[in-house]
Amino acid sequence: MTLKVLYFAWLRERIGAPREDIETSAATVAELVAELRARGPRHEAALGDMAAVRVALDQELAALDAPLTGVREVAFFPPMTGG
Amino acid sequence: MVVRVQQAAFDYGQECAAFASTAAQAHAGAVVTFAGIVRDWPGGGLQGMEIEHYPGMTERALAAIEAEARQRWALQEVLIVHRHGQLAPGDIIMMVATASAHRADAFDAAAFLMDYLKSRAPFWKKEIGPEGAQWVEARETDEEALRRW
Repeated sequence: MTLKVLYFAWLRERIGAPREDIETSAATVAELVAELRARGPRHEAALGDMAAVRVALDQELAALDAPLTGVREVAFFPPMTGG
Repeated sequence: MVVRVQQAAFDYGQECAAFASTAAQAHAGAVVTFAGIVRDWPGGGLQGMEIEHYPGMTERALAAIEAEARQRWALQEVLIVHRHGQLAPGDIIMMVATASAHRADAFDAAAFLMDYLKSRAPFWKKEIGPEGAQWVEARETDEEALRRW
């Protein structure tokens, strides 16, 4: 499947792009993260410490072990600082 | 309910007056308003703030938070306005307004909206100063604030 992967704030800066289309067979967010980290030092710098990263699947917050079945858009970002 | 996510500045006084007038027509007896402002550093020197957001998810998250507030409290009207893009110290970042028959619902709902909006709506603040730019980190107290609800 092809996933639209989005990055925000310092993750976007470390990756060097706001989005990329990823061809993957990852079953969960954690598997996708492992695949992305293997892509190189930029991805490792952004996704190396997942305790500092939040995930949304199709624009809803999700956990690391959440399945990717039927998901089209995955977003990675730091804890939110609105208000 | 009205939820607006926008780059443009807004007139806080005008928004409050218009909200109170709509609330009055809906037979509300109480209006509570809150504004968040770009705060300069204690010693000064903040040059600006950049607010990034996740178009699409932001609107969904704000609508969900607003719907939750309406379930918990008897509200006649709710308004959320949140800016993104480049802001200067002293600029108004965002506002919430709530209207209810009696004040307790409006006060509690406004506090609830702010607590949830701070850590559940996808906005990220970056502060720009003379030494460069730095992302504002979420505080542990922001997460703790959610537990009281």
